[in-house]
Amino acid sequence: MNPVLTIILQRLALGLLTLLIVSFVIFTAVNMLPGDFAEALLGQSATPEAVAAIRKDLNLDQPFFVRYFSWLGAMLTGDLGVSYAQLNFQSNMGASTLKTVADQIAPRFANTMFLAGVTACIAVPFAVTLGVLAALYRNSVFDKGVNIATLTSISSPEFFLAYILVLFLAVLNPLLPSIANIYQGISFQDRLVATLLPALTLTLVVTAHMMRMTRAAIISLLASPYIEMARLKGISPLRVIVKHALPNAWAPIINVIALNLAYLITGVVVVEVVFNYPGIGQLFVDAVKNRDIPVVQACCLIFAGAYILLNLAADILSIMTNPRLRHPK
Amino acid sequence: MNTLLWIIVALAVVAALGWAFRFAGQMVTGNKPYFRDMPYAVSFGFALGAALFVGGVWLYLQPPANEAGVPRASVVFWRWAVHFLIVAAIAAFIFRLLGRAVGTQASRKIFRQMPLTAAFGILVILIYGFAAVFAGLIAPYGQDQVFSAANVVPGGDPALGGNPDFPLGTDQIGRDILSRLIYGAQNTVGIAFATTLLAFVLGGSLGFLAATLRGWVDQLLSRAVDVLMAIPSLIFSLLLITVASAWVSGTGLTIAMIVIIAVIDATRVFRLARAVGMNIVVMDYIEAAKLRGEGLGYLIFKEILPNATAPLLAEFGLRFCFVFLTISALSFLGLGIQPPLADWGTMVKDLSAFINYAAFAPQIAASPLLAAGAIALLTVAVNFVVDWMLHRSSGLKE
Repeated sequence: MNPVLTIILQRLALGLLTLLIVSFVIFTAVNMLPGDFAEALLGQSATPEAVAAIRKDLNLDQPFFVRYFSWLGAMLTGDLGVSYAQLNFQSNMGASTLKTVADQIAPRFANTMFLAGVTACIAVPFAVTLGVLAALYRNSVFDKGVNIATLTSISSPEFFLAYILVLFLAVLNPLLPSIANIYQGISFQDRLVATLLPALTLTLVVTAHMMRMTRAAIISLLASPYIEMARLKGISPLRVIVKHALPNAWAPIINVIALNLAYLITGVVVVEVVFNYPGIGQLFVDAVKNRDIPVVQACCLIFAGAYILLNLAADILSIMTNPRLRHPK
Repeated sequence: MNTLLWIIVALAVVAALGWAFRFAGQMVTGNKPYFRDMPYAVSFGFALGAALFVGGVWLYLQPPANEAGVPRASVVFWRWAVHFLIVAAIAAFIFRLLGRAVGTQASRKIFRQMPLTAAFGILVILIYGFAAVFAGLIAPYGQDQVFSAANVVPGGDPALGGNPDFPLGTDQIGRDILSRLIYGAQNTVGIAFATTLLAFVLGGSLGFLAATLRGWVDQLLSRAVDVLMAIPSLIFSLLLITVASAWVSGTGLTIAMIVIIAVIDATRVFRLARAVGMNIVVMDYIEAAKLRGEGLGYLIFKEILPNATAPLLAEFGLRFCFVFLTISALSFLGLGIQPPLADWGTMVKDLSAFINYAAFAPQIAASPLLAAGAIALLTVAVNFVVDWMLHRSSGLKE
C-alpha cells in the first residue's frame, strides 16, 4: 500500500477518534447542568408528574451512557434536536410547526461558510504576497513598517479592528453597510457587499500570522547553498524567491494557512456579533446567553468538527508537500 | 464607482512618478549603480511612500471644521492619530534616554540596545501597571457611582453638551467614563494577569511533573491535554461558562470565568513546559541531583524551573495577551467580567452605538474607541516587548 495513503488514513482515523472524544466531553459538560431538559421546558409549571412524563418522553430517565449514545446516533443522522426557545414558544403559543436545530443552523452555517470563504479569498493571496515582498526587501523600511503593522493588527481585539473599519468605511465614508443585512433570496452581489466589512475585519486578524510565517519560511531558506547557487547564476532576487525558495517553503506556509482558517472559525463569533451577521457564531452566543442547551451542543460540535477537520487538513497537506515523506527510501 | 476611478487614477500617477524618480536619479547621478540597478518595484515603493506622506500632511493641514462650524470628522480623527503617534514616539524616546542615563551598568546597557518600539512597550506597561495599582487614588469617582447627568458628551465643553466635571463624559446610565476607564485597568488587566498566573502555575507544574515522571502520568496528562486542545478555546470557554452560569451569577461568574480560562490556557502552557522540561531532564546535573537522592519537589523547583525561566517568561507575555484578548472578547459578548466591575470589553459593547455619530460629533464616537484602544494598546505593547526579547535571546541578526 502507498505509504502516504497509510499516513493519511491513520490521521483520518485519529481525527475521527478525537471528534468522538470531543463529543463525549461536550455531552458530559452539558450534563453537569443542574436541572434538566424537562424542568427547563416546563419552567414555572414544573409539577413532579409533568416532569416525570416529559423525562420519560425524552428518555431522560435512561442512564448516562445510553443517553450519550442515543444523542450521538441522532447527531450522526442529522437530528440535532429542538431548541428550548422553540419548545417554549410551542408550549405557550401552541404553534403547529417546530423548527428543529438543524433547520435553524443550516442557513446560518451557509452564511458563516460564505464569510469564511470570502475572507480566505482575500486574506491568503494578500498574506503570501506581503510575505514574499517582506522577504524580498527584508530589513528595509517597508519590512519594518509591515512588521509593526502586522504586530499591531495581530494583537488588537477583533472588535477594535471592526469598529475602526466601521468608522472609516461605513460612517465617515459611507462605502459599505455597517450592519450585514442578509435575507433569503439575496443576490450574490448584494450578499458580497454585505459580507465585505466583516470579511475585511477577519482578513486583518488572520493576515498577520500568515504573512509573518511566509516571510520567516522564505528567509530561513535563503541561507541554503542552492539559493546561493541561483544567486551566483545572476538571477534577479524576485525570481530567486518565487522560483527557488517559495516551492520549498510551501509546507510551513500551507500549514499556517490551514491553522489560520481554523482560527477563523472561532474568530467569526465576535465579528458576527459586531456586524449582526446572521451566522452560526451569533446563534451560538445567543444560545449561550439563554442557556439553550440543544443549540449550544450542536454549535459546539460543529465548531469543534470544523476546527479538527482543518487541523487535519494542515497535517495532511504538510505531509503531501514534503517529497521526503511522499517518496520514502 | 467614482471612488474606484479615483484610486485607479491616483495609482497610475504614482506609477508614473516612480518611473520618473528612477529616471531622474539615473540622469542626475550619472547612472550610479544604486539607481541603475534599482528594480521598478523599489522606485514605485518610494513614490507611493512619498505620495502617502504628502497626502497625510495635506489632510493634517485641512481646517478641522467647515464654515458652518460642523466638524470634519476625518480631519479630526487624523489629527488625533498623528498627535498620538508623535507623543508616543517622543515619550518612548525620552524614556529610553532616561533609561540610558539612570540605573545600574547592566540596565543602562539593555536600554542602549533597545529599539524604540520596545521602549514604548515597556513605558506603556509601566503606565498601565501604575493605573491598575493606584486606580482608587487616580480615578475622580467610583466605578459604579451613578450621577444624575447621563449621556454627557466628552470634551467638557458646555456649548457642545459637555460638563467640565466629567472630562470624558458619562455613559448611558450616568457613570463617569474616565473613572471607569481607569478602574478598567485594575479589573481587566488584573483579572487577566491573575488568570495567566493561575494557568502558568497549573500548566507549568503539571508539565514539569509529566517531564520528570514520564510513564503513565505523562501519557494520561498529555492525552487529556490533546483532547482539551482539540476544541477551539473560545468555543470551549463559552460552553463551560454556559454551564457555570447555571450555578453562579454576578461576581461568582467572573471567578468561574477566571478558573475556566486558566484551565483551558494551562493546556497550552503544559505543552511548552513539558517540551522544555524534557530537554532539561536528560541533562547531567539532573542525573547528579537524582543520585544525591533529591525529592521530586526539589528537582522541579530547584533544578528544572530555574533553567526553564527564559522560554517560559516569553511565553508568559504572549499567553497574557491571549488571555487578555479572550477575556475582553467574552466581556464584549456580555459573558465575561460581570457588572458592577468596570471593564473595557463591556464598555465597548455598551458605548458602541455612539460610533454612528462620528460624522458630526467626532468626540462622541471616541468614547467606545478609547476603551477598545486601551485593550489594543496594552497587547501591542506587550507584543513589542516580547518580540524584542525573543529577537535578543535568539541572537538573530538577519
